[in-house]
Amino acid sequence: MTDFFKLHFFIPLGIVLALIIIPYVGYMANLQLVLGIVIPYLAVLIFLEGLIYRVIKWARSPVPFRIPTTCAQHRSLPWLKKSLGDKLDNPETTLQVIGRMALEVLFFRSLFRNLTTKLRRPADHPEDAKLFYWSYKWLWLGAIAFHYTFLIVLLRHLRFFTETTPGFVQTIEHVDGWFQIFQPTVYLTGIILLVALTYLLGRRVYNPSMRYISLASDYFPLFLILAIGTTGVLMRYFFKVDITAVKQLALGWVTFKPTVPAGIGVIFYIHLFLVSVLFMYFPFSKLLHMAGVFLSPTRNLASNNRWVRHINPWNYPVKFHPYIEHENKYRQAMKEVGLPVEKE
Amino acid sequence: MKEPVKSEFGTVGEKPKVEKKFYNRNLILAGIIVFVALITYPIWNLQGKSVPPPDPKLDTPVIQKMAEQDRKCIEDKTYMRNYHMQMLDEWRDQVVRNGNREYTSLSGKKYTASLQNTCLECHSNKSQFCDQCHNYVGVAPYCWGCHLTREKKLAEAK
Repeated sequence: MTDFFKLHFFIPLGIVLALIIIPYVGYMANLQLVLGIVIPYLAVLIFLEGLIYRVIKWARSPVPFRIPTTCAQHRSLPWLKKSLGDKLDNPETTLQVIGRMALEVLFFRSLFRNLTTKLRRPADHPEDAKLFYWSYKWLWLGAIAFHYTFLIVLLRHLRFFTETTPGFVQTIEHVDGWFQIFQPTVYLTGIILLVALTYLLGRRVYNPSMRYISLASDYFPLFLILAIGTTGVLMRYFFKVDITAVKQLALGWVTFKPTVPAGIGVIFYIHLFLVSVLFMYFPFSKLLHMAGVFLSPTRNLASNNRWVRHINPWNYPVKFHPYIEHENKYRQAMKEVGLPVEKE
Repeated sequence: MKEPVKSEFGTVGEKPKVEKKFYNRNLILAGIIVFVALITYPIWNLQGKSVPPPDPKLDTPVIQKMAEQDRKCIEDKTYMRNYHMQMLDEWRDQVVRNGNREYTSLSGKKYTASLQNTCLECHSNKSQFCDQCHNYVGVAPYCWGCHLTREKKLAEAK
């Protein structure tokens, strides 16, 4: 453990613990109005405003070059056929680009290609070390488990914001609580979410090279979402709150008639405060890859450099010196030494 | 003074003027609009509607017959509101698996652990009591897959 690690690991941990204490103190000081109405509204405003601002800022940067970061076959000689996989990896048309984007956004294709490197030394010839590259899917699995369970957890929360609950939310709840264990029914996604997050955190801590490149901004969202998930699970299964009052509060927000019903336990306000912080932190953090993935130039541009000219707008004007000017200047001399010329 | 050389990108020696432009404007605005519309779904879904909070009724014949000081549930109101589902789950295990029908409340009073004979004895109005909150928060407990409600029983008896 280096000081670097301590700094980047323990400071975000301390901040998240403080973020748990703040709403607790606020609750004790009867600041439910602030915790239950002011901060959530503020958080949603910051989230939306920040997200739109960042996306438009990105859109104002020209991206003239197509970056064919791909291992697939480029368009080439007519007898070099491209398979469907090649087309999705190295798209030439908009439709193929949409295919590549869908694979990236829905299935995390880039992570699926993640490799691990190992230096293998045969026991009898230790000096004969060889570097092996091998497929490594754990990161992909952890990431996809986390993202999809987080989405499902988010959608499940719609039951607090709608009246009556839409059918698809009920279907999700039904499938999620398939095993009907415990009461209220244990949702599998809640558990998978926490397990996946723990893996994503453990990966950074246990792997020395990962630990070396992990920063506070990597640990903070992990701690924050872990705290959100943990308070959510605690609230649902252990320290229960009056759920009808919670729904009254949530419906108050969306109908713009906010009221704070009495009798909601402190753990709800902790959960809500952490979620609000997540929303406020979102536009300023790496979490914005949610929007950024759609605007990643290595994914969303057709690789058509070879037949479409893309002009770089920040090109410095340069003085060109085409061959014909060169020849015009030295034609006589070239002829004298017998060099071929374009024009006589 | 040399004459300035022009090229297709501008005058040689000058800084290029990068136009501040909203690239792919329509596509990006469409994306933003779709995203905002999706996450504000609850707002426009409930626009102009007011949803009354649930109002579980306690005026069943059995409760009305009780003396004022006896009108108490087996545990206090907050506990019942928050933990009744857990209590019923524990009752289910204790009755079905261990054959134990005795429940001692936190105040020391003894009750029979039975949804149909204890809970529904007083709260015979499922649709105006249980369903009020259950429908409001969108939960569908599977109690009624096996248990009969008093309302059904009454209807069948008639």
